[in-house]
Amino acid sequence: MLIDFLFELRARKLPVSTHEWLALMEAMALGLHESSLDGFYQLCRTLCVKDIALYDAYDEAFLAYFKDVHTDALRLTEELREWLANPRALEGLTDEQREAMAAFDLDKLRELFEKRLREQKERHDGGNRWIGTGGTSPFGTGGKNPNAMRVGGGGGRSAMQVADERRFREYRRDVVLDVRQIDVALRGLRRLGREGAEEELDLDETVDQTCRNAGEIEVVFRPPRRNRVKVLLLMDVGGSMDPHSELMSRLFTAASRTGRFAKFRSYYFHNCVYNSVYEDAQFRKGIPVADLLAHSDRDEKLVMVGDALMHPAELLDPGGASFLYSQNRASGHEWLRRLAAHFRSAAWCNPEPERFWTGTTIEVIASVFAMWPLTLDGLAQAVRYLVRGGERPRVGDPSKWMKAMIS
Amino acid sequence: MSDVFDQFQGTASYIASEELRHAVNVAVALARPLLVRGEPGTGKTLLAENLAGALHLPLIRWHVKSTTKAKDGLYVYDTVARLHDSRFGGTDGANVRDIAKYIKLGPLGEALSAPSRVVLLIDEIDKADLEFPNDLLHELDVMRFRIDETGKEIVAAERPIVVITSNNEKELPDAFLRRCVFHYIQFPNRELMSEIVRVHHPDITDRVLDNALEVFFGLRSTPRLRKKPSTSELIDWICALKKAGVDLGRVSGGIPFLGTLLKTEQDVELVGKRAKA
Repeated sequence: MLIDFLFELRARKLPVSTHEWLALMEAMALGLHESSLDGFYQLCRTLCVKDIALYDAYDEAFLAYFKDVHTDALRLTEELREWLANPRALEGLTDEQREAMAAFDLDKLRELFEKRLREQKERHDGGNRWIGTGGTSPFGTGGKNPNAMRVGGGGGRSAMQVADERRFREYRRDVVLDVRQIDVALRGLRRLGREGAEEELDLDETVDQTCRNAGEIEVVFRPPRRNRVKVLLLMDVGGSMDPHSELMSRLFTAASRTGRFAKFRSYYFHNCVYNSVYEDAQFRKGIPVADLLAHSDRDEKLVMVGDALMHPAELLDPGGASFLYSQNRASGHEWLRRLAAHFRSAAWCNPEPERFWTGTTIEVIASVFAMWPLTLDGLAQAVRYLVRGGERPRVGDPSKWMKAMIS
Repeated sequence: MSDVFDQFQGTASYIASEELRHAVNVAVALARPLLVRGEPGTGKTLLAENLAGALHLPLIRWHVKSTTKAKDGLYVYDTVARLHDSRFGGTDGANVRDIAKYIKLGPLGEALSAPSRVVLLIDEIDKADLEFPNDLLHELDVMRFRIDETGKEIVAAERPIVVITSNNEKELPDAFLRRCVFHYIQFPNRELMSEIVRVHHPDITDRVLDNALEVFFGLRSTPRLRKKPSTSELIDWICALKKAGVDLGRVSGGIPFLGTLLKTEQDVELVGKRAKA
């Protein structure tokens, strides 16, 4: 029966492997789930879910899978717990009965209990009464020795209640990003190489040279390994980007940490890139994009951040720059294409939720730049793409949409 | 229920939540490494110390740093010393031909060569290089390794209990995660927290504790705080209050010894502003 739960978990993108599942089976054979749903919730989570970001998905899967079992098992546990805590129920027993009960060993007891549980699931009516009235049932003995037959985790809340609370929702990967998380995601953006001052002892070379030197020690140093990735960050600010400003500043904080990249530059643009990008968010110090390209290595990684949302004319028409005194002869679309063509690897991170992408200028821009949503997952994928290349995500069908706009 | 289970119930000075106890016991029973994550200051490292204390086993610590290599944990072959000795002669007449003399076991190596069961703490595994956990996979799986230089094979007499902590700074590789039992230490709620404080300050009165927790959780719920104060900071703070004989109930105008709770200027400023408003 539990194998379905494995597939329920996997269907929710929880990476549970056979390895972990077998460990769970082994643990259950050892009785580590304490023969209760609560215990199983805990056990399965510690063994199969290794990431706090996935806890919420686990809770969901657990809820979905055990929702029918829930009421029964819960009632049973509660009932039993109450019963066990109430020794008065045993007072009416004769010595003979007591002796007969003592004869049950633990395994037998559990076996019986599980059997009862199964039977009770089949009989959905008065299940709790069923065990409750069994004053002389083996579980009466359990009541006398509560340690021998532990039912439930002993804590206050049941697994279903815990799962239902969905305490781990905020840890989900697809929601918020703080500086640290961005930091972690950006750590993938690296290519190590040895450059700079020689300050690390190169042991192999030292041994080699010393041997060549007939045992006269020759110490050799080499430069330590450093990240050689260069990053150019272009950020959209103002207007429709205002709601995302907090997120943008976090991204900037994480990206601009000293020593992260061999070279890091960042510029601002508004809406779309036209003739110039700007050093400041007030758009006072402009730098022509042509100059920027001339001074940029093709190996630099270009990271564009913006919502890519604008009026189609702002993107597609020459002279579409809605802004300040700039007059663009080439359309924004054209400028973006030039940028994308210059750099070997470029990616666009979009803070706009993915469900709003279709039918907007985002589709057009996503056909120029590989685009991911600015979430932990999206950022990680963008980083992977920048370092290793790979397939670009497809976003809608821009050609269809553009034709419709023109006609 | 097998008697190997439920070995760990927390100790007199370490209060573990039900969930954590369960995770620890599962890890011990299955002989798999326990990976503990959680906010800084929730007692991840202390867990290993107290687990060792509770089970009366020796504890071996391995504090991982950004430059730590997996092999360093097993053993280090001190070539430079050998080179030096071969050239200049050992100070104590060491035999340069005896390679074993220049092999120094690392913490993992020590744990595996220990005559009896030990608790091994691999602290802050995420500080090291991304590939670090992968390099440990095999040794943690089979609990044995070979010293290449001498050909000596070291096999653990009894599988050590391995506790691994991580600050969630880096993603750990899947293959590594698959082999671990995982637990995320949640920040304690108020009840658990008052229990924890009582362990460290047994003589604290209800009123003082209430007041302190009020202020503490109030601070933690302040939005936009860069670094929320943690358990260890609360305990330090109460210690400071006690030493100075400050009665929280009577203090007005700001929180005394704020510096023990908040560690960045921005946070102190932010809380100051909110207090005035």
